[in-house]
Amino acid sequence: MPSALPDGEPVPDDGALPAHALAGAAGRPLGFYLHVPYCATRCGYCDFNTYTATELRGTGGVLASRDNYAGTLVDEVRLARKVLGDDPREVRTVFVGGGTPTLLAADDLVRMLGAIRDEFGLAADAEVTTEANPESVGPAYLAALREGGFNRISFGMQSARQHVLKVLDRTHTPGRPEACVAEARAAGFEHVNLDLIYGTPGESDDDWRASLDAALGAGPDHVSAYALIVEEGTQLARRIRRGEIPTTDDDVHADRYLIAEETLSAAGFAWYEVSNWATSEAGRCLHNELYWRGADWWGAGPGAHSHVGGVRWWNVKHPGAYAAALASGRSPGAGRELLTEEDRRVERILLELRLREGVPLDLLREEGLAASRRALSEGLLEQGPYETGRAVLTLRGRLLADAVVRDLVD
Amino acid sequence: MPATPDNVPEPSRTDPALIRNFCIIAHIDHGKSTLADRMLQLTGVVEQRQMRAQYLDRMDIERERGITIKSQAVRLPWAPTHEPGNTHILNMIDTPGHVDFTYEVSRSLAACEGTILLVDAAQGIEAQTLANLYLAMENDLTIIPVLNKIDLPAAQPEKFAEELANLVGCDPDDVLKVSAKTGLGVEALLDRVVQEIPAPVGVADAPARAMIFDSVYDSYRGVVTYVRVIDGQLNKRERIRMMSTGATHELLEIGTNSPEMLPADGLGVGEVGYLITGVKDVRQSKVGDTVTSQSKGAEEPLGGYKEPKPMVFSGLYPLDGSDYPELREALDKLQLNDAALVYEPETSAALGFGFRVGFLGLLHLDVIRERLEREFGLDLIATAPNVVYRVLMEDGTEHTVTNPSEFPEGKLAEVYEPMVRATILAPTEFIGAIMELCQTRRGTLLGMDYLSEDRVEIRYTLPLAEIVFDFFDQLKSKTRGYASLDYEPTGEQSSSLVKVDILLHGDKVDAFSAITHKEQAYAYGVRLVGKLKELIPRQSFEVPVQAAIGSRVIARETIRAIRKDVLAKCYGGDISRKRKLLEKQKEGKKRMKMVGSVEVPQEAFIAVLSSDDSAGSGKGKK
Repeated sequence: MPSALPDGEPVPDDGALPAHALAGAAGRPLGFYLHVPYCATRCGYCDFNTYTATELRGTGGVLASRDNYAGTLVDEVRLARKVLGDDPREVRTVFVGGGTPTLLAADDLVRMLGAIRDEFGLAADAEVTTEANPESVGPAYLAALREGGFNRISFGMQSARQHVLKVLDRTHTPGRPEACVAEARAAGFEHVNLDLIYGTPGESDDDWRASLDAALGAGPDHVSAYALIVEEGTQLARRIRRGEIPTTDDDVHADRYLIAEETLSAAGFAWYEVSNWATSEAGRCLHNELYWRGADWWGAGPGAHSHVGGVRWWNVKHPGAYAAALASGRSPGAGRELLTEEDRRVERILLELRLREGVPLDLLREEGLAASRRALSEGLLEQGPYETGRAVLTLRGRLLADAVVRDLVD
Repeated sequence: MPATPDNVPEPSRTDPALIRNFCIIAHIDHGKSTLADRMLQLTGVVEQRQMRAQYLDRMDIERERGITIKSQAVRLPWAPTHEPGNTHILNMIDTPGHVDFTYEVSRSLAACEGTILLVDAAQGIEAQTLANLYLAMENDLTIIPVLNKIDLPAAQPEKFAEELANLVGCDPDDVLKVSAKTGLGVEALLDRVVQEIPAPVGVADAPARAMIFDSVYDSYRGVVTYVRVIDGQLNKRERIRMMSTGATHELLEIGTNSPEMLPADGLGVGEVGYLITGVKDVRQSKVGDTVTSQSKGAEEPLGGYKEPKPMVFSGLYPLDGSDYPELREALDKLQLNDAALVYEPETSAALGFGFRVGFLGLLHLDVIRERLEREFGLDLIATAPNVVYRVLMEDGTEHTVTNPSEFPEGKLAEVYEPMVRATILAPTEFIGAIMELCQTRRGTLLGMDYLSEDRVEIRYTLPLAEIVFDFFDQLKSKTRGYASLDYEPTGEQSSSLVKVDILLHGDKVDAFSAITHKEQAYAYGVRLVGKLKELIPRQSFEVPVQAAIGSRVIARETIRAIRKDVLAKCYGGDISRKRKLLEKQKEGKKRMKMVGSVEVPQEAFIAVLSSDDSAGSGKGKK
């Protein structure tokens, strides 16, 4: 979650949604994202909404501390229940992200999940994921999560190389994430993801291959691989600007992506989103697919974004302000936008084109269709799916996805 | 406070012996307008309380830049201190101060018998002033040398009096010393005008002949034409004839300026005033033309008339293509008041619809561009200024090229380019730098004279094309701003010129075509190709950028195909931001110009075509 919030109209104090947002809700899956805005240290590349202090004070002296954070978040889950009213849906996915969720006690995470179960009910086959820092979990912690209902876990591995981790300010030692995978399996986690970052300044092609090999060796069923984005305002951006660290050329990013695709597919993984690979359909992250397919989700926690039936809104960023709003019974929503039909069409194109299933061509207008034919002839779209009415990116097309989107939305 | 004297002779009944017609030759900032203001006050035609600085300069841009583009004439009654009872009529004719308007200056001078040579006592004479002084001498005008701003601490009246005396051929003691600001010495100057400048001489009973030395469009009154009567008399309500076109008009009004327009019965020999005929376009009332009466008019026009001839051309395009009709309307309006402005529609594959506009010179171009942008609120792209080429083909046909992209293909016999005679005035320490600059611009030294111990006049023949590029900026930077430049056209010369085309992905970009000397073609090609490589974003395919002469490529760069254009992450919180980014990128894409299949940002055109850029690269070449 990027730290800068978009502009939007205000959210009503009670968080109420316009009636149309809930129309037809029963046909859409519902998920929950729970944000934990705490980290032990801030990594130089990170611009997420996270804080290293354990206690932050909000307006009116309301204390937002790591220790009572779970309680505050449960308050928002109860608010969600009120706002969604008699929405009968059970929750299909829960995803706890951060920050570093595992800085909280396992019991806290389980309690937060429990609130969702109590208020909404969890579907029998619900996917329940938490992100985890390799240094902050061990067998006992993992067992407690599993017992509490978590069935999927995602470790931030980033790289297998010490010098790369150092540029990223990651504190774990190489080898620890791989060990975590084994511990998670032992604890009974069915689905395990490793997050990797490529294109860090100072990383070589071989460093990247070594990271992929190490990740695959640990036996996850899901791998996410992201090009390092140097966000404005981060420590890393400042160091690059001062010339202390070189930037990575886009062509290098392209090369690394090709290496990832080659290595992962050779190991039996298949891409299902531009930056995500899984060993099977079942290994895909269902929660993320809710984002990409325009489903409904409630994002709880400071700065978290939500989407229900064409209404997007986002919470205040600061944990103190967040806690203060909930303590006084107000919605922590900072702003929202009501999407127009055209907004939703454009969003579908820009999100779904990133997926293996691609975009149905009947979503395109005449100019967009003409552009899709050009993209096809330039080898950016797959021939086979195109003939069945879908625009699906080729490998080269995936690297140019944003450019293709710009043409298809015309 | 002096008031208007008694017994002021009226227009049409003024004895020529009492008339003095004069102008003021001065460099920008040397105080001409302030001196004129002071004269208006001393002769009582403008009361103190109505006085505003630089009363005669009307256009905002003139006032801001401190320059005068359009001239005017004011009738000043003056009772000289040596014969107070004998009120004279002084017609002060304000001359344009810039090199681009030499022809207009020459017509203003032709309306006078004498001139005040006004020079800043802290700076000495400048090249354009010198050029106009020579012009005045050729017209046999009586010259009154005057040093202004003698109240300034930095003034060096002795030194510059010497310089002026050498130029005019008088004694340094004869150089008047005034301060237009404080008024010191201005009365004495008016007396000198009466004493030294000859009265006009003409044939009173001959058919009327009056020379137009200016015409100005006024949105209320139509065209106001300023004339100096040489022979005969023009009377109110008669019909007049323009001798260059034969067109006749009714005289709706005739009069003099003091300084507001004041109707009169007519204008007689030697008198200066204005005519209003109701025409709406200054091209129907051309500077230099002769006005006569329709019945029993003159047979022979006065000499010296020339059609204004544009010397420099540039393509003007609206940044936003939908502003094209506004640009046309704005040019139409400006042309009402500017007979020298010519334009015709032009289509550029790269820039869309625009106009090829002809100007008298670079200042003229700058002023027009600035007025279009400021007064009409237009955002423009202007192509690099170019001159007019005459191309003779081996098959005997001849082409006049005003746009480099229209340079003919095929077998050329000769290419002629316009030449100028340039005069540069500068402190002697810069002789080396100036000669080096002129040499690299294909100049031929004509001669050099010392104006004083430490100031020199250098004369060169140069191709006009070399001057329109960035010559003046270079000259200023190499002489720390001390050099001044004047030039006049001196015909044409056959040169080894070639057209350099710039190709993007094999497609010619017409806006970047240039005609250069054979030896400079390579440098131009390398510079532009390098620049474009920096400015054009990578496309989804590899784009060669080439400079070519005909089919021969002389420089090449490659813009590598973009391989990655995708953001790695797109999760719940990124979606709004990403959609907004997409909207912004779409807007940006709209502002791209398509050259063949290549998207070129407008900024790239502006950066390559702007003169800032050419100045910068000129320095880089050294």
